Amino acid sequence: MTSAAPARRLSAAGFLATLALGLAILFGAPHALDTFGLVQCTGFAALAMFGLSQGFVWGFAGVMCFGQAAFLGLGGYAYAVAVLNMGDSSVPVLLSILVPMLFAGLLGYFMFYGRISDAYIGVITLTVSVILFQLVNATSGSQYRIGVAELGGFNGIPAIPALNAPGHPDEPLDIEGIWYAAMGALILVYALLRGILASRLGRVVVAIRENETRAQLIGYDPRLYKLIAFMIAAGVAGLAGCLYANWGGFISPTVFALPMSAQVIIYVLVGGLGTLIGPMLGAVLIQALIIAAGSQSAVDSNLGLGLVLVGFVLLVPQGLVPVARSLGLRLLERRPRRVAGTAQDGLATGSAR
Amino acid sequence: MSAMDRRKVLKLAMASAAGTVAMPFVARKGLAAEPIKLGSLLDGSGALGLEGKRMIETTEYAVEQLNKAGGLLGRPIQLIAYDTQSSMQLYTQYAQQLALKDKVDVIQGGITSASREAIRPIFDRARTLYFYNTQYEGGVCDRNVFCTGSTPAQTVNHIVDYALKTWGKKAYIIAADYNYGHITASWMTKFMKDGGGSVLGTDFFPLDVTNFSSAISRIQQAQPDLVLSALVGANHSGFYRQWDAAGMKSKIPVGSSVFGLGDELTTMDPSTTNGIITCYGWYNDLDTPASKAFVAGMQAKFGADVTDLSELDTATYEGILFWAEAVKKAGSIERDKVIAALESGLSIESPTGKVTMDGATHHTIRNTYLARPKDRKWEILATFPNSFPADTGGACDLIKNPRTNKQFTPDLKG
Amino acid sequence: MDLAGLLAFNVITGIATLVLITLGLGVIYGMMRIINLAHGEFMMLGAYTAVMASGAGVNIWIAMLVLPPLVVGAIGLILERTVIRFLYGRMMDTMLATWGISLGLIGLITTLYGNVVRGVSTPVGSFDIGRYGASLYSLVIVATALAALGAMFLVLRFTKFGLILRATMQNPRMAAALGVQPNRIYMATFALGAALAGLAGGVLAPISGVSPAMGAAYIARAFITVLGGGPAIVTGTGLASSLFGVINELVSFKTTPVIGDVALLVAAILLIRVLPQGITGRYLRRSL
Repeated sequence: MTSAAPARRLSAAGFLATLALGLAILFGAPHALDTFGLVQCTGFAALAMFGLSQGFVWGFAGVMCFGQAAFLGLGGYAYAVAVLNMGDSSVPVLLSILVPMLFAGLLGYFMFYGRISDAYIGVITLTVSVILFQLVNATSGSQYRIGVAELGGFNGIPAIPALNAPGHPDEPLDIEGIWYAAMGALILVYALLRGILASRLGRVVVAIRENETRAQLIGYDPRLYKLIAFMIAAGVAGLAGCLYANWGGFISPTVFALPMSAQVIIYVLVGGLGTLIGPMLGAVLIQALIIAAGSQSAVDSNLGLGLVLVGFVLLVPQGLVPVARSLGLRLLERRPRRVAGTAQDGLATGSAR
Repeated sequence: MSAMDRRKVLKLAMASAAGTVAMPFVARKGLAAEPIKLGSLLDGSGALGLEGKRMIETTEYAVEQLNKAGGLLGRPIQLIAYDTQSSMQLYTQYAQQLALKDKVDVIQGGITSASREAIRPIFDRARTLYFYNTQYEGGVCDRNVFCTGSTPAQTVNHIVDYALKTWGKKAYIIAADYNYGHITASWMTKFMKDGGGSVLGTDFFPLDVTNFSSAISRIQQAQPDLVLSALVGANHSGFYRQWDAAGMKSKIPVGSSVFGLGDELTTMDPSTTNGIITCYGWYNDLDTPASKAFVAGMQAKFGADVTDLSELDTATYEGILFWAEAVKKAGSIERDKVIAALESGLSIESPTGKVTMDGATHHTIRNTYLARPKDRKWEILATFPNSFPADTGGACDLIKNPRTNKQFTPDLKG
Repeated sequence: MDLAGLLAFNVITGIATLVLITLGLGVIYGMMRIINLAHGEFMMLGAYTAVMASGAGVNIWIAMLVLPPLVVGAIGLILERTVIRFLYGRMMDTMLATWGISLGLIGLITTLYGNVVRGVSTPVGSFDIGRYGASLYSLVIVATALAALGAMFLVLRFTKFGLILRATMQNPRMAAALGVQPNRIYMATFALGAALAGLAGGVLAPISGVSPAMGAAYIARAFITVLGGGPAIVTGTGLASSLFGVINELVSFKTTPVIGDVALLVAAILLIRVLPQGITGRYLRRSL
């Protein structure tokens, strides 16, 4: 117990350091990078937010969602359809958060209140994302339209208008503006999730993950709290989908497909389960790897991803950030062995799976 | 393709890339000038890898020929090619990379209409000239885009004509479930009705569907005189195998707007492919000197097993040739000057015969041919010289209205 | 009438296909409580084995029915020894590790053979149901599915190996105390499940495109059928496949294959909501 205080101090310091780093990147990147670099980083920011959503629901609520891409896709499509119909982007952004949350609410009610076990939740969420993929993929032809927006099936929706300043639909943001929006949103969401975790809600969610029966005996309804966490994560994934659609000006059914769900799980696993900074770093790291792998054609990028995934499960199941953090704690405390163990307990990573 | 072949191809690609770079010094035209950049986006793998592989090779071949002839405006041409792996996400990503980072002077590429629609807005925005070199559903009307492939008014109508005359009046249409399939199916329906026939049913299949058993049952239930297919890609080639396996081949004839563009003729049994009616702007068994020279040139560069070249490849070749001619005529690589040269009624001699760029539609006036497979060869049944892209031509006039930017689709109300 | 015959034939083929693609997954899940996310890729390896072998001149029946289970079974054995055995008792980690294996196999095959789609010709012809034609190859699929299901039943019911398998499944510690080595049993089970997946891939190769990513097309259907079937491997797989196969084929015929797939998946999710333990978790609990 003596080590809980340094762990908490480190955690608070980590939060402030992350915020500072985020702000530095936010304002530094436009000066340091060319246009293409900035576009690429905007994509990273969108995927980092996607990683954040999976990291939250899996690492802190202990819900193993294998179909997080469903919410990314719903968010992206909700934004695309709404902005094509409305012109102004303010309401569409809200919809890109609310539509996935609502869908997660229905699906979560169905699963959690049906007392479906963890592994089955994995398979059901995966199946739901497959269903959405197939349905959206089959909407070619002009009869499938919402308002003026044709869904386009396999083709997806091209030429999605970019974000604009509220009330000025004629002035869409340029590449730099979209970067500020994406990275700014990422920092805000990170701070928001930290806030939630520090609140009573967040503590109960983590308590349920640690021991569902005990939490229930104390009087908390695990189903409700899991549902809330599931919905929050879906909203974050939806906003990531909105940014993703803004990044390329294009969205297609592949956002719902299995590889998307697989990638986000790898982000979390590599970065660190039970942390928020981990999934973001994991996203950037893995995406950079995929791009590096894609520019040479000798080895397929899936091979690398697969090996990374198996390697981390076998050798570093807690991920990079927790390992670095316990190393940091060791240095602080100079009492290597005991601290490393208790620090993990304090941050509750080991038992998250 | 075995591992050996793949390695060989890789090696060849590397060698040709090295050759391209070394060319100006070897050719001693004294031109260490900065190269002109030609960007290429094609699917070398995935569902469309079959078609894309040859198109990539043709691109390399065409660029090599241009460089051998001394490049353009005294500058060598540098090919910057990305394999989009049949993924729309990669198309967007690499399109941005070509336009914003590599800053290429022209882009040649895109196979499916889905990929074209994904990247077209990106090049419009970046003001990078774009050539789309695939036979497709027609109707694209965009000042920045030139389409060298054949379109339904040049091909599908001939298939339908033949079917109405030879097979009967009742058709069943099966098509790929994306914009190409939908629009082509509309053209098929329109041509059938114009010719006094009827369409009993139309089914669409996503590109990843491989099992057609329920579809074959539905077709049998409808009892059509003929089947018109706009199925696309390697997964859908399963239809022809299953159609043959169900014994339908001898009962209901098939006409297709896409069949044979990949390596169907070399990989499928002749019993499966024989007699399927197709119509394209070129066949590799076309008996003209220019056509034979093209096949021989490709085989010399990529090996004798290049026996599955199709219109996709000659259209790719023509796209690069048209651009090169226009650059020569304009004396510049500036986009607006090159467009003006292309709109001036430019003609080239290509493996398919004489091809003219129609300035108003940015589509080609070209010969088309009707043919069917016979024991792994194409038997050419008819030739239609100087076909006009009437599908696009009815509506699109980019010389009068250069700001048009849309895709016209057939009107089925009439 | 002819149409009804054709439809019935299609439904039976659909059920047999589901049985084939599910059985290997069901064996591994039923015995070891491992959800093997690399199942689709094991099928893919089976299909590649069939394509490669028939391309090399091996008799098509041997290439489809004999080699794939042997090759993929061996690969399963190797993977169990090198990865899976370290993760027993950690359900989520095994799911993740098998997902990693799945991605790795896709990447490996893409690197070796390229991301292209291949095919093998169907080795048999067609026959008529009234005035409709149907593929004779469907009968091969039905026969293989019945044979695989029957063999599983016989092995589990009548052999010593089957007895030990069932004992280990019910109570691994007790079985261990009686001198059985659960590790050995798990190893054999995983290899058996992989072999069955390989068989499915080999048999389905002629009617589907063979590509590195082909497994993804089957994966959701196979999982959901296993979960719907519940703990009894033979009965559960048979019942769930029958139920979902009928739904899938009839809806496909009335609408499109896509809607047919979606109907199958939705029906399965609803079933799991009503019967969280699957069909044989509630009914026929003593079956195999």
